[in-house]
Amino acid sequence: MSTTTIETVLKAPTERRWLPAAIVWVVLLSAPLWLPLVGGYTALASHVLVMGLVAMALNFLLGFTGVMSFGHAAYFGLGVYGAGLTLRYISNSTLLALLFGILLGGLVGTVLGALIARRRGVYFAMVTIAFGQIFYYIAYSWNSFTGGYDGLRGFSRQPLHFGPLVIDIQNNGTLFYYFVLAVFAICIGLMAFLLASPFGRTLIAVRENQRRARFLGIAVDRHIWLSFSISCYFAAAAGALYALLNNFADPMSLHYSLSGEIVIMAVMGGMRSFWGPLVGAAVFVILQDYISSMTENWMSCIGLLFVLVVMFFPRGLLGVLQRRGSP
Amino acid sequence: MAYRILPAIGRRTLIKGGAALGALQVASPYIISARGEVPIKLGFIDPITGVLSALAASEVEGAKLAVANINASGGVLGRQLELLVEDSANDVGTGVQKARKLIDRDKVDGIFADVNSAIAYAIAGVTSEKGVFHIVPGGHTDPITGKDCKWNVFRICNTTTMDSAAISATLVKKFGKRWFFITPDYAYGQTLQEGFVKQLTAMGGTYEGDKLPINTVDFSATLIKAKAYKPDVLLNNMGGLAQINCMKQFTQFGMQKDMALGGALFELESITSVPPEAQTGWWTMEWWWNQPGVPHVAEFVAGIKKATNKPASARHWFGYVGVHSFKLAAEAAKSLEGIKMARALEGLVLPPEVALQPGKVFFRTGDHQLMPSIFTGEAHPPKGDPANVFTIAEAIAGETAGGTVAENGCKMTYPA
Amino acid sequence: MLQLVLFNVTNGLIIGAFYVLMALGVAMILNLSNVINFAHGNFLALGGYFAFVLTPYIGFWGALVVAPPLVAVIGYLIERVMIRRVYSRDPVYSLLLTFGLAFILQDACRYIWGTTGLPLTVPASLSQGISSELFFITGYRLFMMAIVAIAVIGLFAFLRYTRMGVRIRAGTLDLDTVAALGINVRLLRSFNFAVGIYLAGLAGVLAGGQIGLNPNMGDDLLMPAFIAVIVGGVGSLTGTLLGGLLIGVASALTTVFFPSAQEAVIYVIMAVVVLIRPRGLMGEEGMLT
Repeated sequence: MSTTTIETVLKAPTERRWLPAAIVWVVLLSAPLWLPLVGGYTALASHVLVMGLVAMALNFLLGFTGVMSFGHAAYFGLGVYGAGLTLRYISNSTLLALLFGILLGGLVGTVLGALIARRRGVYFAMVTIAFGQIFYYIAYSWNSFTGGYDGLRGFSRQPLHFGPLVIDIQNNGTLFYYFVLAVFAICIGLMAFLLASPFGRTLIAVRENQRRARFLGIAVDRHIWLSFSISCYFAAAAGALYALLNNFADPMSLHYSLSGEIVIMAVMGGMRSFWGPLVGAAVFVILQDYISSMTENWMSCIGLLFVLVVMFFPRGLLGVLQRRGSP
Repeated sequence: MAYRILPAIGRRTLIKGGAALGALQVASPYIISARGEVPIKLGFIDPITGVLSALAASEVEGAKLAVANINASGGVLGRQLELLVEDSANDVGTGVQKARKLIDRDKVDGIFADVNSAIAYAIAGVTSEKGVFHIVPGGHTDPITGKDCKWNVFRICNTTTMDSAAISATLVKKFGKRWFFITPDYAYGQTLQEGFVKQLTAMGGTYEGDKLPINTVDFSATLIKAKAYKPDVLLNNMGGLAQINCMKQFTQFGMQKDMALGGALFELESITSVPPEAQTGWWTMEWWWNQPGVPHVAEFVAGIKKATNKPASARHWFGYVGVHSFKLAAEAAKSLEGIKMARALEGLVLPPEVALQPGKVFFRTGDHQLMPSIFTGEAHPPKGDPANVFTIAEAIAGETAGGTVAENGCKMTYPA
Repeated sequence: MLQLVLFNVTNGLIIGAFYVLMALGVAMILNLSNVINFAHGNFLALGGYFAFVLTPYIGFWGALVVAPPLVAVIGYLIERVMIRRVYSRDPVYSLLLTFGLAFILQDACRYIWGTTGLPLTVPASLSQGISSELFFITGYRLFMMAIVAIAVIGLFAFLRYTRMGVRIRAGTLDLDTVAALGINVRLLRSFNFAVGIYLAGLAGVLAGGQIGLNPNMGDDLLMPAFIAVIVGGVGSLTGTLLGGLLIGVASALTTVFFPSAQEAVIYVIMAVVVLIRPRGLMGEEGMLT
């Protein structure tokens, strides 16, 4: 990692950048057409998009700022509850639920980020885990409001109304998939824009060498804080979509074990590549979906996947490809 | 997790997807046995892992026995049954995910879920959204067939109201009116304690209690509180492993000398796992293996023994009756369509070889709740047979204990 | 009420003793190797299950002596084969590695010994309350406290008075210098890892006698252990010791007033500590921050 020079890092995204993006978008846009042919189903595709978004959100911090959060499930989960609670108690507008979910997770992330941005390395990770668990326990214990252990039910995503035009994402799974894809595209576009901006370049400088960045006059702590906050907003967006996908919210969506899964998705796909986490999420979600129906020992399979990735594919699937492509 | 019982192959989508040739070859032995028919898929979601795993394992075993019996005698509507078992890991979100997967991907014709009330309750939301026929074998919380009853959901086990009403008077009469609750803080525990409190306050009693997380391991702090309250009886409402741990610590503290034990459920799986000093108290039992003279019970007990080498428990019975109810509904409706099956099962009286208990056992029309007899009695250390740890004192008709449909708040609506 | 509070303080110390045993192991591995061991709770479970297997042959006392070192050997092997390889890499890899190991170990326990809880029989002489007033202090609980105390004193003495212990402490402060002085750092880390795992295995045997065995028995202790380390201060084992006892007592006291918040309270303590004293109660300034 420290062997990559700033020059190669800055050059990489501009080279043939349109090709992977074009492949990804064609695959995603056509998914409902070919998915049934290979034994998939639309809800699974939506699930992949949601986890892909949160993994990419985490990677904004992990891969492009070089800071490891092991508590991102908290902000994802706050997005889940934000959207669920909105639909349950406030309004039956799907878009409002999405907005409130993003705000809840994002704002909490911004506040906590200020507290923990000064920590570094493994201690940062540990504090993010422990802080994340606070929200797990709040959701778990506050029976009257969040439903506690039982989860929050009794809400459902609603059709979208644009003037006279009604898009029934409530009952039509395919339409809902495209809704998720649209939100995903907006988030990803924003992320790509931020990374390509001077701010994004500064984050990469922080990642490559914090001390050097500080000498250059970059406010490292503040950039880490900003990156953490931004990442939390995107994670919360994914969470809000997840609530809409399941019409259900439960405390496990805030639990640190999900944080671990999000990290492995990013690493498995390749945390130095923009699209890597999406690929990682797709592999992970599909594998989990199938393995858990096939064997009682699915935990071992997932655990083994973690170990194998760490030992043999630390650069991730796309990392391996990229290295082969450009020696 | 999950594993398939019966044909381990042959996902329809796979065959459709052009892999037909390869799949056909692998699948050919099974196709012969099923006479070319596609099997009926039943999704069974239960917490195979987690504190309730022992209870879940029994339910799955009961269901497997029913599937094996039904398939041996020609299946349902001439088609074989295929049971897809999925682990809900005692987690509500996972359970919901698994239900969606079974419905969306595997296109099951019926869902069975879950030991855990909260999961059963949440999955009922999914199945009713998708219009899939759903049987709740062993999740007790009231609203499933009460205020949140759904046209597609039927329940085998009792409601928490039924169980608490059946045993409350006995506990007051035998021990007294000062109660301490140790209750799991989720759907099941909440409605169960509510039921008990309603009964107790009507009889002029007083109570205190703690609501603890469902998978609590250490009960010492709560037990100290219980001891200080000096109750006549301690109602241990925890389930599975948590209940067992609580009982062990109860006896370690020597508290059995100070107060009686009792409550709704202390199941066979749990009684046999606690030390002899804790094998005590008055409880309800929703089904019992030792019912001399009741037809077919001995056969069922022998079947479970042969398949699992375990004594048959109420959980085995739930799973068994659940699958048989699916068959009865499908055959009465001559269809696998959810609505027709639901209509057919309303008011249906279980035949003796399924009911396995005396008295009339039927699905109540108004709320889809099975109405069996509730046995109350005393737990004790094994007498002779190691599974002989409970003696039935009384059998109470479920309908008497459970209250009317209107009282429970069910307003059944069918889709137009 | 006062009596109830007093009861719970004592009870909290007993629970805290468990947190301490777990947290000390986590802290040792974290301090020297910069690895957060997510699988620590699973090593604990392994200790309990090993004792369960051994008890019929060598009795509870024998198992108490033999099971923890066996777990430590397994820990040592895992360190040698896997964890050692990721020391030089970004910490994300060691986290993911132990996270995956936790899954595998838990599933292995379930596969071998089943999901149903198993009892670990303790000698009858230990299972009674010491008096009817102090019923909640069973002989076994006193015994556990004594063992934890011995283990903690032994650990601190080891770190202070043995050559290996002094090297471990020195490595915690400045590993590069220790390496420059010609000390085999690889061996030091392996040994240190094994000692940490030994403590988890010991906790597993003790916990097995108290609450029985099940594959996820260590999970509930993992987060409290992390929090004990954060509250006590990374880098300070004394801090970890105090942190563990503090959250144990706080959790037990909360049970008196808000039973459903008994787990949440330890997170609140952590949040307060991180807010007003970010390095933890006893943490060195600048250590790992």
